[in-house]
Amino acid sequence: MARKCRIDIVEMVHKAGAGHPGGSLSAIDLIVGLYGTGFRFEKDNPDWQDRDRFIMSKGHASPAVYSILHNLGVITKKDIDGFRTLGSICQGHVDMKWTDGVDFSAGSLGMGLSFGLGCAIAAKMDGSERNVWVMIGDGETQEGQIWEAAMAADFHKAGNLNVIIDRNRIQNDDFMEVQMEIGDIGNKFKSFGWKIIEIDGHNMSEIVDAIGEATNECSLPCAIVAHTIKGKGVSFMENNPSFHGKAPNDEELELALEELS
Amino acid sequence: MSAPSSGGASRDGYGSALLKLSNDPRVVVLEADLGKSTKSCLFRAEFPERTVSMGIAEQNMMLVSAGMASSGKIPFASTFAIFTERAFEQVRNGIARPGLVVHICGSHGGIHTGTDGSSAQSIEDLAIYRTIPNMTVMHPCDDLSAEELTLQLLNHEKPSYTRTARNKVPRIYNEENVKEIKIGKGNIIKEGVDVAIIACGVMVNEAKIAAEKLENDGINACVVDMHTIKPLDGKLIDKLAEQCGCFVTVEDHSIIGGLGGSIAEYLSRNKPTPVEMVGVDDRFGESGGTTELMAHLNINSDAIINAANAVIKRK
Repeated sequence: MARKCRIDIVEMVHKAGAGHPGGSLSAIDLIVGLYGTGFRFEKDNPDWQDRDRFIMSKGHASPAVYSILHNLGVITKKDIDGFRTLGSICQGHVDMKWTDGVDFSAGSLGMGLSFGLGCAIAAKMDGSERNVWVMIGDGETQEGQIWEAAMAADFHKAGNLNVIIDRNRIQNDDFMEVQMEIGDIGNKFKSFGWKIIEIDGHNMSEIVDAIGEATNECSLPCAIVAHTIKGKGVSFMENNPSFHGKAPNDEELELALEELS
Repeated sequence: MSAPSSGGASRDGYGSALLKLSNDPRVVVLEADLGKSTKSCLFRAEFPERTVSMGIAEQNMMLVSAGMASSGKIPFASTFAIFTERAFEQVRNGIARPGLVVHICGSHGGIHTGTDGSSAQSIEDLAIYRTIPNMTVMHPCDDLSAEELTLQLLNHEKPSYTRTARNKVPRIYNEENVKEIKIGKGNIIKEGVDVAIIACGVMVNEAKIAAEKLENDGINACVVDMHTIKPLDGKLIDKLAEQCGCFVTVEDHSIIGGLGGSIAEYLSRNKPTPVEMVGVDDRFGESGGTTELMAHLNINSDAIINAANAVIKRK
């Protein structure tokens, strides 16, 4: 499944001539792991109120979301072929108003954890067992709002809120160590009262175990710090800041597809 | 808590409306350490389980509200008007863009708030929220109309921003006639044919005083409470353009982009008509007593009279 998604990602971005392959490829194993591990949703009833929520806060990694929705049969090949084109349900950044199966309108970093907290508080008020999953980037933690939300999640005892941090160490302009290194993200969340799980974000068994452990933990919000490689799966994109927001050309697409098939 | 009988601040009306809305279990209230000021504290005292304290973190509050709205709740989130502005992009991208129905209340708007000084005196909130697609923007003039308009938000299908004021002002409405006001419809407080004075918020009272004084000089002014800045009541403006032939707009807000700006935009596109604007003239406020500050910034009944006399000459 992850391999099929990766193919979708590089093809989507290539066809659109724009998009963000690096952070999509670093995140996709985590997303596949989440949807394959009891994430409760109904593909024919995307508005089911008691579904679990997946809030993709790093909304530029939209190809990763569209690829999983495509491979789960929520949206079609035609939909993803329209990525970033006028009138397409696959907008440049994930948008709940446009796409079935998308739970948040992202694109401006730092907002999704707060939104997920709102979903989590509402679920608690309703006595619902739905879980809320938020994915953020490591660079995204430079936004102050992330820490407003982290503080509030502890205060409101949002044990049904989980965040997966895609720790790929690269942001738009360069490596984080050049731009603004955050340091030990896990410890920072821990100091805000969160339960922490550190994993290899490309090891499916570790991903599945972490998701299970996070779901079982009831009283504390949980942060999974997933160490990943930006561009994972396509050698020339791996750990390469220039593929944060750049589409592969025809030749690069061919090479990428060779590696992924 | 019932509103004081001799008149009340619009924030009191917001607070009492929240209590009345509590019958609907979907209604939740969010506050950012200013509940005692915005009057959401009234709801919190009765329904702590449906009140979400966000601390001093307005950006988080806006997105938590959005998340709750996406989960079937009807959130009412309040703080000072000026601090909602800090979270403008959150309102734009996180609430209005996906069309989530969150109702934001910014209290202590305008220079009317007085001695706190310019850092607390929001004079651009109506303008900025008006630029966001799908947002409803309101500024009621007294406690009774603030309560009525807030109650109507329960069935309003768009996100909204309502500015309330800190200070008590004489009531424009009574318990009966306030029920006639509707979101999106301006309300004629006094009929007249010589000039249309369109006001919002605390300035409706000043407009009323000005109209009474103008009457003594033989000028028959029409006074409108334009409590809804967006969507603007174009039909009423069309009618008044025919009836009066000139306008004075009055707001405790910058003359750029607020009530005056929206009416000028409307008229220039539909029926060019002379307009004079009474409002804060592209400057920040400062500390001072409310009355002296209004005089200092030229936004009181005297300023309205001068503007009316000037615009009538331009007809």
